[in-house]
Amino acid sequence: MYQQERPVNKGIDWMMIGLYLALILIGWLSIFAATYDETQPSIFDIDRAYGRQFLWIMGALLLAGAVLLTDSKFYPAFAYVIYAVVILLLLSVFVIGSTVKGDKNWIDIGSFQLQPSEFAKFAASLAVAKYLSGMNINMKLLRTRIAAISLFMLPAILIVLQGDAGSAIVYVSFFLVLFRFGLPGSYLAIGLFVITLSILSLVMDKYLLILLLFVAGGLLLFLSRRNRSLVFILVTAFIFSSGYILTTDFVFNNLLEPHQQQRVSVLLGKEVKVKDADYNVRQSKIAIGSGGLWGKGFLRGTLTKYNFVPEQSTDFIFCTIGEEYGFWGSTVVLLLFLTLLLRILHVAQRQRSRFSMIYAYGVASIIFFHMLINIGMTIGLMPVIGIPLPFISYGGSSLWSFTILLFILVKLDGDRLAVLR
Amino acid sequence: MTDLFQQRRYTLQYAMIVVVSIFVARLFYLQVINKDYKQLANANVLRQVTVFPARGLVFDRNGKLIIDNQKEYDLWVIPGQVKELDTLGLCDLLGITDTFFRETLRKASVYSRYKPSLFVKGISVEKYATVQEELYLFPGFYGQVRTVRAYPYHSAAHTLGYISEVTPKQIEQSNGYYRQGDYIGTGGIEQSYEKMMRGVKGTRFVLVDVHNREQGSFNEGKFDTAAIPGKNMISSIDIELQQYGERLMKGKVGSVVAIEPKTGEVLAMVSSPSYDPSLLTGQNRGKNFRALLMDSLNPLFVRPIKASYPPGSTYKPTLALIGLQEGAIHEFSTYACPGAYYVGRLRVGCHHSGFVPGVSNAIQHSCNSYFCNYFRRTIDHDSTSTVAEGLDKWKAVLATFGIGVKTGLDLPNEGYGFVPGSKYYNKLYGEGSWNSVGVVSLGIGQGELGETPLQMANVIAAIANRGYWYTPHLVKKVIEDDSTLKKLIVKHQVPVDQVYFDMVIKGMERVVEAGTGTVAQIPGVTIAGKTGTAENPHGNDHSLFVCYAPIEDPKIAIAVIVENAGFGATYGAPIASLMMEKYLNDTISAPRKYLEDRMFNANLIQ
Repeated sequence: MYQQERPVNKGIDWMMIGLYLALILIGWLSIFAATYDETQPSIFDIDRAYGRQFLWIMGALLLAGAVLLTDSKFYPAFAYVIYAVVILLLLSVFVIGSTVKGDKNWIDIGSFQLQPSEFAKFAASLAVAKYLSGMNINMKLLRTRIAAISLFMLPAILIVLQGDAGSAIVYVSFFLVLFRFGLPGSYLAIGLFVITLSILSLVMDKYLLILLLFVAGGLLLFLSRRNRSLVFILVTAFIFSSGYILTTDFVFNNLLEPHQQQRVSVLLGKEVKVKDADYNVRQSKIAIGSGGLWGKGFLRGTLTKYNFVPEQSTDFIFCTIGEEYGFWGSTVVLLLFLTLLLRILHVAQRQRSRFSMIYAYGVASIIFFHMLINIGMTIGLMPVIGIPLPFISYGGSSLWSFTILLFILVKLDGDRLAVLR
Repeated sequence: MTDLFQQRRYTLQYAMIVVVSIFVARLFYLQVINKDYKQLANANVLRQVTVFPARGLVFDRNGKLIIDNQKEYDLWVIPGQVKELDTLGLCDLLGITDTFFRETLRKASVYSRYKPSLFVKGISVEKYATVQEELYLFPGFYGQVRTVRAYPYHSAAHTLGYISEVTPKQIEQSNGYYRQGDYIGTGGIEQSYEKMMRGVKGTRFVLVDVHNREQGSFNEGKFDTAAIPGKNMISSIDIELQQYGERLMKGKVGSVVAIEPKTGEVLAMVSSPSYDPSLLTGQNRGKNFRALLMDSLNPLFVRPIKASYPPGSTYKPTLALIGLQEGAIHEFSTYACPGAYYVGRLRVGCHHSGFVPGVSNAIQHSCNSYFCNYFRRTIDHDSTSTVAEGLDKWKAVLATFGIGVKTGLDLPNEGYGFVPGSKYYNKLYGEGSWNSVGVVSLGIGQGELGETPLQMANVIAAIANRGYWYTPHLVKKVIEDDSTLKKLIVKHQVPVDQVYFDMVIKGMERVVEAGTGTVAQIPGVTIAGKTGTAENPHGNDHSLFVCYAPIEDPKIAIAVIVENAGFGATYGAPIASLMMEKYLNDTISAPRKYLEDRMFNANLIQ
């Protein structure tokens, strides 16, 4: 093939790589600050989280290089194979997995632990892209919709079964991809409506809510008397909504784990008996809030340094940034993410290959969802869901999976002119 | 490539921009607009630690250290750090019981698993040395040093006072200086000079981690304030004289007050029964305090300044001075004593009978009849005034001697004694229904008259000085602070001419030479003294003696009262003279050793 003679760096989008490097550097320094130990001040100390993260970063860069050296045709060709391998890995966790913090989703490899659920993200992205880019795909067909949804819901369900509902939520982001490529907006609208209804039914009186819905529906009906089909839709929606409202308590009490119930309750501002549930969010907000406009400075964040914020090198890493660099630094990080996301979408639009384009949307949606939930949680806008902040949080599996996720796109984009897929 | 849904290409972009904008706005609110989080952050990590200053030391007049600060250790426990341990070993080491160990540890765990709780209080330095060696075997336990008061001479408890935890009321009154658990001087000079002795507390801001463990100073100690140590003091007390006095008074109830007449400095102040001030420090403080409080002899009562005794005959020199100045008595006013004073149906007995040729002689022999007679004349003689006015004038002059008023000694809660005036008798008998006959017992220091031992000693100091006295005081000098004491110590002039003092002193000298107080003689020292045997409603007469020496250059004035011990010459005079001899000559001469032994061994408390 001719492609092998093309230099690897030809067509590479350096902007994405630059943003990627900036984010992992910020992440590494933040982990250093969050777990800083004055007695062991070397940032390369392997006994400390920041020292290990350095190794993970080195590994990630090697992986990135390997991805770039792989033929870009490999990914569409082996998308389903990779997907199958990851599904097998997810299944294997049930057999050989070890339990960390109540979640059985780790595989021990020597002294390292691997989280297959992290790698399922790019595998699912590849599979969804492969499926949707196939010939004769028509999103108008219910069969197609179900098949596409099943592709990403399968790993999500496996992950939920492993006890890590937080990581599974991320797969909801694929609805955005499907929507972009033809899933009717009503799916999103229904989804949003259901989420809103769930929250409202937990915070306010159920019968009052049903009454309100009835009034709202009646009002809509009155305003559009001529539309007969709307009458049917509204009546159906009302019946289903009422039924749903009446069952949310059952769902909340019986299907959610106690710690998940608490997290939802905290977010909704309902009284919670266990103090720990709102402790994380409270300390996180205090740490970020105390950063002020300019922050306290590198290694001067007293709350993160003295362990007031739990999980501060992983899920709550954004607290360290908020406390040490203040509003200024937090905004810079947010803008870096936004720039990266917009760049990915820009890159997506310039793809000639449908596979590459759909994959790019998958990448953007996954990173966007992680950022939305993770940062939203640290500033008290989202419930506490333990998922990492891409490129920044401590942890090898997450860093490697995001690296692979992004660099497959970089590779596909680099070869976009070479071949039409 | 066919993109059938071109119109949806910007939806995700918009969603991202909206989300990031909401996040930035939220961050702006959290970090820039809302200031609560900064305060909450400080509340989280900043602890204000009080740095306690060393309390001022106290030296005696000869530079001997009488109140010291001593290190003591408290053992604290952090239950969360306690590992499996050799319970028995720790109990043995600390000398505690197994039940105490379990109960204390349980309470500590209930309080907090991460915050330290007090485990054993008040371990001495010696004991802690052995504890410390093995403490590494017991993680979670650690010692913390604390300073407590120490009394190397184990004496002068009433003068020195003690320190105790502040009461809620004291906290309220201190305008925020004291906090729960602080110590404050209670009684004695510890209380009087509290503000100087305590120094000024400092503050240190430290950073703590989530388990409340100290992590270092805040801003390199920029906001810390150093503690200012309390001021050291030199007491007027001669601690060896004090100890000697306490030894002499052992087994007796009463007081000794010795004053240096020229300065008003109190040389010794014995309140008997006394106690070792060390009892009120350290581990067993509470137990000891309760025991002292329950003691029927009331050792915590500061008799020299609070107890009011009828002065009996010791008051006669004072009356003589007032009478002489008033012109009611002359140097050679005579009286023929028939062995008692008769007026109407009233009879006041007298230990003496015969002709009294003058006022000095009357003092020498302590003639009751003479002083009854001349007391009546003192308050009656001015024909232009009533008896009420005469009595009030007498009372006013007594006040210039410091009798019936506070002398101003630098101890809390000084008593007034009691001098009845016309108001008192008007209330008791009705206005105009009493006369000098009814109050004649005041002429011999009986009746309602009451003086504190301090007032008795102070009067003798005034007589020794022939007409003036300085405010008696127990602190001679506050080191590096001269102004405070200058304000406190005032020269008081007594409105009696010097010549009259000579007559009275002559009588007092004869008391010791050839009168009622010959037992007080010290070879080579001229002494002026006066015995007293005070009748009282509580049992046997009180034995009193007041004196000073040497007459030509008074160095020590002393008042001794031994409750229910009989004649003044029996206990009062020997104790007073031994104290003087000790102070003036440093040793007790051989011929008087028997007297010393007799005093040491006399036990009047059943």
